[in-house]
Amino acid sequence: MTADQLTGLAVLLPLGGFLLNGLLGKRLRSELISGALGSAAVGGAFVVAVMCLVELLGLPPGQRSLTVHFFPWIAAGGFHADAAFQIDQLSVVMMLVVTGVGMLIHVYSIGYMHGDPGFARFFAYLNLFIVAMLILILADNFLLMFLGWEGVGLCSYLLIGFWYDRKFEKGTTGDAAKKAFVVNRIGDFGFLIAMFLIVVTFGSLRFETVFAQASALPVGTPVALWITLALFLGATGKSAQIPLFVWLPDAMAGPTPVSALIHAATMVTAGVYMVARCSILFTLAPAAMAVVAVVGAATALMAATIGLVQNDIKKVLAYSTISQLGYMFLALGVGAFSAGIFHVVTHAFFKALLFLGSGAVIHAMHDEQDIRKMGGLRPALPVTFWTFLIGTIAIAGIPPFAGFFSKDEILWNAFTRGSWVLWLLGVLGAGLTALYMFRLVALTFTGEPRWEKGTHPHEAPLTMTVPLVVLAVLSAVGGFLGLPESLGGSNPFERWLGPVFARADEKLALVAYPGAFTEYFLMACSVAIALTGIYFAYAWYMRHPEVPGSLVKRFGGVYRVLLNKYYVDELYDGAVVTPAVKGSEMLLWKGVDVAVIDGIVNGLARAAGAAGRALRLVQTGVVQNYVLVFLTGAVLLVGWLLAQ
Amino acid sequence: MDVPLSYYLSLSAILFVIGAAGVLTRRNAIVVFMCIELMLNAVNLTLIAFSAYLGSIAGQALVLFVMAVAAAESAVGLAIVIAVYRNRQTVNIDEINIMKW
Amino acid sequence: MTAESLLFFFLAAFAVTTAVLMILERSPLVSAIYLIANFFALAALYLLLRAQLLAVLQIVVYTGAIMVLVIFVIMLLNLGSESRPHGRPEVQTVVAVVLALGFLAEIVYAVAAGPARGAGETSGPPPEALGTVESMGDALFGKFLLPFEVTSVLLLAAMLGAVVLARRRG
Repeated sequence: MTADQLTGLAVLLPLGGFLLNGLLGKRLRSELISGALGSAAVGGAFVVAVMCLVELLGLPPGQRSLTVHFFPWIAAGGFHADAAFQIDQLSVVMMLVVTGVGMLIHVYSIGYMHGDPGFARFFAYLNLFIVAMLILILADNFLLMFLGWEGVGLCSYLLIGFWYDRKFEKGTTGDAAKKAFVVNRIGDFGFLIAMFLIVVTFGSLRFETVFAQASALPVGTPVALWITLALFLGATGKSAQIPLFVWLPDAMAGPTPVSALIHAATMVTAGVYMVARCSILFTLAPAAMAVVAVVGAATALMAATIGLVQNDIKKVLAYSTISQLGYMFLALGVGAFSAGIFHVVTHAFFKALLFLGSGAVIHAMHDEQDIRKMGGLRPALPVTFWTFLIGTIAIAGIPPFAGFFSKDEILWNAFTRGSWVLWLLGVLGAGLTALYMFRLVALTFTGEPRWEKGTHPHEAPLTMTVPLVVLAVLSAVGGFLGLPESLGGSNPFERWLGPVFARADEKLALVAYPGAFTEYFLMACSVAIALTGIYFAYAWYMRHPEVPGSLVKRFGGVYRVLLNKYYVDELYDGAVVTPAVKGSEMLLWKGVDVAVIDGIVNGLARAAGAAGRALRLVQTGVVQNYVLVFLTGAVLLVGWLLAQ
Repeated sequence: MDVPLSYYLSLSAILFVIGAAGVLTRRNAIVVFMCIELMLNAVNLTLIAFSAYLGSIAGQALVLFVMAVAAAESAVGLAIVIAVYRNRQTVNIDEINIMKW
Repeated sequence: MTAESLLFFFLAAFAVTTAVLMILERSPLVSAIYLIANFFALAALYLLLRAQLLAVLQIVVYTGAIMVLVIFVIMLLNLGSESRPHGRPEVQTVVAVVLALGFLAEIVYAVAAGPARGAGETSGPPPEALGTVESMGDALFGKFLLPFEVTSVLLLAAMLGAVVLARRRG
């Protein structure tokens, strides 16, 4: 059996894990079995992914696309949609990331969720998520991808609200889960509109069919603009960009492994993957690409500013995720598709690492998440500290760690293919990234302990620290996959993905190479600003801790705006949520439901009662009356018969 | 036959109508019952008249069954009247109206 | 006027008269007597119509059993006469009479217009032995066997019902 046929197994193994843990988990009563089962299922999927990679490597570069057809799904008139997977360079990369990082996080969860009554349920949901994510990535048509898209949204909801009876900020974890689901829904609406337009324009939803037809169209086709804008709306929902990012910080209500897997490494990158997959469509609409790039850059900068002042360790990482996703979209928007995907991969490594590390910290601090109450944890948590530091250096973009190569490539492409304005926004964001991430490290691990005496933080168990170390290694050396030529490499990553974006690249205007000097200069700029950010973090949070306080006093207004996330949530609440809720209450509930529907139902009952009350007067109880009626009827009947 | 069929039928109709009028006007339950018997007999007469004029025995057989049923009905009906009398001390139809709304 | 038709008219008049008297009489016992007389007239009419067995059964079953039962009950309950009707006749009475007369009119019309619909006015005289015991027996044990047997069950049910209903409680 060839590897591509085994991809069905990659989906079936986690599905089996979901069913077993979901149905029997509680009865097994063994954390070891549930955790091992869940992790092994994903591990099996990872093995399949590696086998697919090996198989693709054996094929010549132009033919690395295999289709595995499972069964015809919908056949309605002229419209067909099949359950089939497409295994090509792009999907195999995503598959490796999802299953690889996913497996590490499953192992980590064995330690993190120890003692939780819903242990088996957690692993069931995690496995289900892997199933849905794989379907999303491997689908060979929009409809199946949408199925996976919805599936990951469902799992996100289930996992955010995992501790369903817990309070969270102004509401409950259930509220946070609902918020995520509803905001995603808005994006899904865009995705659906795009699918409708695609069917109408191209007659099919299969990627190959659509993209082949699309590459014959000229740049600037109007329908492509609408399709891509609608698709991008869906992407902003799933990948938390402006305007639909508001759900991601609230999603931190879920357990930390969930934040790591879903809201950092995999689900939120679904939007990026989707745009990259539809690269040819986007290149047909330069206006849409501009929108993508601008939104990406703006989101990157805005989220970085918010993350600067947050005090919850997971909130900082959440805004950091939003910011890094912005970078990915910036790359896609300027046409550097493989750069965007490269950042997906490296970001998966270090963001998962950072989240898992924060989970170790939270675990050690007995569920305390406010960094103002931490400090001085380095001696107590050495492994966590060092791995967290490596992740931070990676995200800050310091060479030779992974983040530098991917982020630098994005900034380079932003400059050459976009405009210097985009580049500047990205660079500023990079500086802020370094600043707030090192602020996080400083406040959490260094300085005097600000926690209560009886806390006794201790290092996490092996099941948690081993994945941290693995991810740290990947964050350190993973970048060399995309080592650019200017630094002596051959950028194997970009060459690997090249054929996938070949059609799109044809449509993009050729850009003149500005010269090696520009390239080195820009590289130096991004490193310099990262170092600047680190310096300020060092100065403000380690050397002179009183400075942030005085800055807050001087720039009080700005500080409040940032702390309150630019009041976006309040804006949405006032403009959309409250009118919708009030309108439903007034109009739909009281108006339609109570008055009309209940009115009709109760009215019918009242009418029946009234008719009954009127009719019962016939029952006089006197037999002769009844006989009289008989006789009257008989007379009339006979009379009628006679008349015939 | 000198007497035409229609004469018998008319006689039967007259008796039937008399019985019906009696059912509707009398107060005493037993008298009402007797008027019903009168109606039944009128129908018997019709059946037998037809049997004679058509030369078929079927009409008379049917009358036999009608008689049997009438006998059964009278037994049960009068038992009911007795039971009602025991409870209500009256057989006046106007006063036996517990099935009134 | 043959003897038969003379007899018919006499018996018819007698039957109608006793019927009318029956429904007008206020004492239930006297009404019962009138009804018995009516039944006798009918029995005679049955004989005219060659229903010999049924004529006898009319006497035996109807007058001899049913009416006797009725008279038993009247005496058992010691019913008195009904009161004189006073004042204007009630609505019910008026309507009843009107309806009854209307019904009668319809039937008579139907019958009078009858000859065109169905049996001939005067077909040949019925065979003498139409309603004898033998021919009735043939019919009952031949064509009408099932109703005959079922009637026995009916009578059983009626017997049981009457016993149960008239029983004194306790």
